Amino acid sequence: MPHPRAAIDPRWHGRLTLGLLLAPALLWLGALIILPHIDLAVLSLRERIGPRQYAASLAQYKIFFAEPLYWHVFLRTAVMSVLATLLTLLLAFPIAWIIAKLARGRAGSLLFIICLIPFWVSETVRTLGWMILLRESGVLPALLVKLGITAMPVELLYRDATILVGLVYTSLLFMVVPLVSSLESLDNSLIEAAYDLGAGGFSILRSIVIPHAAPGITAGCIVVFMLTLGNYLTPTLLGGKNSQWFTEQIYTQFITRFNWEQGAAFGFLLLGLSTALVILGLAITGQRFGDVMRRT
Amino acid sequence: MNPPDLVADAVVKRFADHVAVDSLSFSVERGSFFSILGPSGCGKTTLLRMIAGFIAPDGGDIAIGGNSMRGVAPNRRPVNMVFQQLALFPMMSVGENVAFGLARRGVSRAERVKRSNAMLERMGLGNAADKRVDELSGGQRQRVAIARSLVLEPTLLLLDEPLGALDLKLREHMKIELKQLQASFGTTFVYITHDQSEALVLSDRVGVMSHGRFEQLGTPQDLYYRPQTPFVAGFVGANNRIAGRMTRADGDIAEITTADGWVVRALKTSPIGMGDAVEAFVRPEVAVLARNESDLPPQHPHHTGQVQSVLFDGANSAVLLQEARTHREFRIALPQTGQFSDLRPQEKVMFSFDPSRAVCFAAP
Repeated sequence: MPHPRAAIDPRWHGRLTLGLLLAPALLWLGALIILPHIDLAVLSLRERIGPRQYAASLAQYKIFFAEPLYWHVFLRTAVMSVLATLLTLLLAFPIAWIIAKLARGRAGSLLFIICLIPFWVSETVRTLGWMILLRESGVLPALLVKLGITAMPVELLYRDATILVGLVYTSLLFMVVPLVSSLESLDNSLIEAAYDLGAGGFSILRSIVIPHAAPGITAGCIVVFMLTLGNYLTPTLLGGKNSQWFTEQIYTQFITRFNWEQGAAFGFLLLGLSTALVILGLAITGQRFGDVMRRT
Repeated sequence: MNPPDLVADAVVKRFADHVAVDSLSFSVERGSFFSILGPSGCGKTTLLRMIAGFIAPDGGDIAIGGNSMRGVAPNRRPVNMVFQQLALFPMMSVGENVAFGLARRGVSRAERVKRSNAMLERMGLGNAADKRVDELSGGQRQRVAIARSLVLEPTLLLLDEPLGALDLKLREHMKIELKQLQASFGTTFVYITHDQSEALVLSDRVGVMSHGRFEQLGTPQDLYYRPQTPFVAGFVGANNRIAGRMTRADGDIAEITTADGWVVRALKTSPIGMGDAVEAFVRPEVAVLARNESDLPPQHPHHTGQVQSVLFDGANSAVLLQEARTHREFRIALPQTGQFSDLRPQEKVMFSFDPSRAVCFAAP
């Protein structure tokens, strides 16, 4: 009589184990991401023609293009997000360079922790902190008056620059982490060799450091861009009514207007926008998504 | 005679707790192959990095091609370096690697391609220009690293243990190739290594370095046959070291008695006082082995020993003896005639050596 365990084909056994291990992730993906999106897609492609009566139509998307406010906000959100991503990259690169290349041992980890500490506080509280600093009766305007730079306290909130500051601040860590890991893997002797062969600082950055760190830079930019584009809290709190962020429009459609069909269409437009810009970014820098994700 | 390409004048480099390079002065003739040989931590890498310009000396001056290099950045020095791990740029093709330095000098693209291709051709890598660096073998990468530097026609080429990462067979091959390259280009090479065989085979002159100083500077033959310090005698080539006190002097020949009473004779290299502590060195190939006393040269003192082990290594075979009375180890090279191929452990043998071909020093 064969051993009872021999009845299970080992290949099948392996597949079962793999399936069970993947089950939570697949469930999460299926139940919380794919199913709601299918539902939203169906919602966005219908029109209310009477009480509890709906018909399939592209009306929701037509409204978006017909109403200038909507696509104006849409483009503005895209441009501001790209801008915030580039600013974050410019600011994060020197920080990552110092952590990865200049700081030795404990100093490096200490700097990393300093970048991490703000994230222990909730995003809402952090953003409210910015408001305390920047509002007309806040710390910074008072300081400017005291130093004689402005005669009257200036309202620093509700400006585009303020929104950008808030977005960069929120995203910095997500850029620093992939940059540090890609810069750490850069062999110092490559930099020395380039220097030895006659290259100056800018030339080394352009021909050695950036090509090496490109996957990290791209990964950081993708993450930061998506976070920024989908951010609701920071633009709303720091920009107030002037923020005109697209996520705010989606919120309005869903919650204030109770127009789920329109909100769902906006959601898909935003998804399309982020996908298109990521593909564009990868194409411009000549990289492949899989390579970028593997390197981070 | 040409002026020297490299002159170091009392160069000093201190780190927090020790002196890495201690007031070192030397010069390297144009077109010669100069090696700095020393164990790890002797300061040779620090010295090389000071010549390349990556670290600044705390004192003294380095002149290359007759010009002081004080305050001159590495990218402005007429010096190029072949790094230990080669440091080829993985993001560029082989051709771009070789053309990198030319591009930095503002050489036009067409001229760059022409010169880098010519250099690759000369290195036997004629069809490798479009390959990626990781498609090359270890030896080919080595040649690309050298080509990348030589294409800039530097006054000095610095090589930082470039053969260290290769396996033994390839290392032997590259050793010969490096020597031929240096001869054909005529560029002055400064080579650092901890491998005495590399230094002996390749160099015109060798500086043996220890604790930030040169123990001896001379031709490979000088170092091997006329070591000036116990360190050089022990570091360059194999040697039997016998420590004791001088008990008798016979002209230049000293008689040394070890603590356990073995008496040997060796040539004095410096004045030694009666009763002083002495270290004698006998090369394995200087000693003669025999089964019968009558086979040994009668004019030299005879010693007896017991075979401990036979170390067969083709032409480099040797036998490890224990001196009969003191049981001290003594290594003797086996003659290549195969005369002692039947030697067995525990066998009693006789040996002797010419005292004028063994050296002794006052113990440091």
